[in-house]
Amino acid sequence: MAVHNALEALSLRPTVFLRSPWPWRSLAYLLCGALIGWATVVAVVALLIAGTLLSVLVVGFAGFVAVVLSGIVVARLERRRLRLVDVADLPDPHVPVTTPGVRAWVRVRLREEVTWRELGYAALSAGLLCWMDALVIGGVGYTIIALLGAPWFIDDEPLSNTLPLAMLGVPLTVVLAYPITAWAGARAAMARAMLAPRTDERLVEVTRSRARLVDAFEVERRRIERDLHDGAQQRLVALSMQLGLARLELPAGSPAAEPIAAAHELAKQALTELRELIRGVHPQVLTGRGLAAAVGEVASTAPLPVDLDFDLPGRLPPAVEVTAYFVTVEALTNIAKHSGASRAAVAARLVGGRLLLEVRDDGRGGADPSAGSGLVGLADRAAVLDGTVTVSSPPGGPTVLRAEIPVLSGEERS
Amino acid sequence: MNGDPGAVRRGAAGTGLRVVIAEDGLIVREGVAGMLRRFGHEVVAAVGDADELRAAVGEHRPDIVVTDVRMPPGFSDEGLQAAIDLRAADPDLPVLVLSQYVEQTYAAELLDSGHSAGVGYLLKDRIGEVTEFVDALSAVAAGRTVVDPEVVRQLLGRRRDPLHRLTGREREVLALMAEGRSNAAIARALVVTEAAVAKHIGSLLAKLDLPPDADDHRRVRAVLAYLRG
Repeated sequence: MAVHNALEALSLRPTVFLRSPWPWRSLAYLLCGALIGWATVVAVVALLIAGTLLSVLVVGFAGFVAVVLSGIVVARLERRRLRLVDVADLPDPHVPVTTPGVRAWVRVRLREEVTWRELGYAALSAGLLCWMDALVIGGVGYTIIALLGAPWFIDDEPLSNTLPLAMLGVPLTVVLAYPITAWAGARAAMARAMLAPRTDERLVEVTRSRARLVDAFEVERRRIERDLHDGAQQRLVALSMQLGLARLELPAGSPAAEPIAAAHELAKQALTELRELIRGVHPQVLTGRGLAAAVGEVASTAPLPVDLDFDLPGRLPPAVEVTAYFVTVEALTNIAKHSGASRAAVAARLVGGRLLLEVRDDGRGGADPSAGSGLVGLADRAAVLDGTVTVSSPPGGPTVLRAEIPVLSGEERS
Repeated sequence: MNGDPGAVRRGAAGTGLRVVIAEDGLIVREGVAGMLRRFGHEVVAAVGDADELRAAVGEHRPDIVVTDVRMPPGFSDEGLQAAIDLRAADPDLPVLVLSQYVEQTYAAELLDSGHSAGVGYLLKDRIGEVTEFVDALSAVAAGRTVVDPEVVRQLLGRRRDPLHRLTGREREVLALMAEGRSNAAIARALVVTEAAVAKHIGSLLAKLDLPPDADDHRRVRAVLAYLRG
């Protein structure tokens, strides 16, 4: 059986356990535990005294902050120390601080829940655990020395009485490896419980970074849209206008008339294509007028009639609008391409702080959303906002796509 | 928007309009200004944002304003808002709005913003259709309503249920009416007589339960209002 920590080691066969390094590791763990605990007491008391004395000056405040943050140091030592009795790594739950400077670092740390848990651990360690470490080591040490050293220390008893005591000390010393290892294991489990990253801390961080990524994509799309609008589109409009003017200037029957007309036509086609491209990157009306207006524009260009039923109290957060918009566009595109429907309907309303979006059609159904459609990507995007996209498409129809996205402001989300 | 360059050239002889242009892209702004001058109009100001547009209109009292929807500082709909404000402040000021895309929302806001002077909503690409663009400018300056064919096409697509009662020819006439064309222009575009156009119009208005109205301007509004549902 593979043993990962001191507690598991206790379940080994005694012959294996006693020959293993676990008792010695446990002993070392408890020894340095006691020393660190005492050092913490001394350091914290010193900081508090310094802070109180200097509190007439503002710098004294730093002493108190340092006390609060001392848990971080204690916890960092504890994580390293823990490897003595626990093979499994204990990851650092703190978020990395990207802003340079001590103030920024302190601000981030003070806001983290784990900082306060670590302070709690430091207090528990300095106030109770290190004393118990000392007590266990002291008790075990005293018992061993008292028994083994009995022939030397006890001189008013005959050797026939003290020698058996010393003989008894040998197996007892071996047996005492168990309480040492047990306490070390229990203490390590406690430390792990208090200092391990909470799963949701990691999750929140991952979700935040994904949301940041989506936001960054959106910012980038808007930049591309702006650049295309300010650059290529302007030039194509000007080109098309110049070609139009050139056509007017040509004398009737000029051999240049035909190629210039063709060039004019090509310029106009390029403009049309560019317009569609830009709209697909980021529709201006979505930023300007919101989801209902933007979906209305899409519906009016759809190749089949689309009924709209929007009941929204006002503008939604940009990330929600963009996601809901592209979900709708993708759904309507799929309907037009695959469903054979004669009619589609888009409905959106807010229920209990969630945007409920529904796109349905009267087509033949049997749609497989996983079959390489853009919907999977959109479902991922909705998931970043803690939203879901579900599709129900029984053979024979109707196909109903539902998206649910929580509507929270960016503040609330992060 | 009829395709008769001769009409425009005649305009160049003396009926030039005093125009204020607002467009943030330098190439397009200067291009349009040059084109309008070539057709005998006077560009009294060519500006790059909505605030300058308001100032220029106050200063020059132009015959018509041509503005892009999207302008600095927000690159959203500053030009459209300025156009709506200008129409509210001076109901007799004709305004032609150029849009990067066909946005029914923007078109509706512009058309609903006033009912007196001429108003136009065209796709920016139409600048390339030089003569049609200049004709549209003159039509708006003359108090007519000009709507981009693309807007009309989308509107017709949206309201297909009641429209299926129309004949193909009536639908064509309806689309041209909605673009703001006169009976004469519709007749030219479809190569039929004006009398035939008038007959189609009477018939389609009856089918759609719209009141017959001799005034082109009011009729366009009625048709657009109908199409927008």
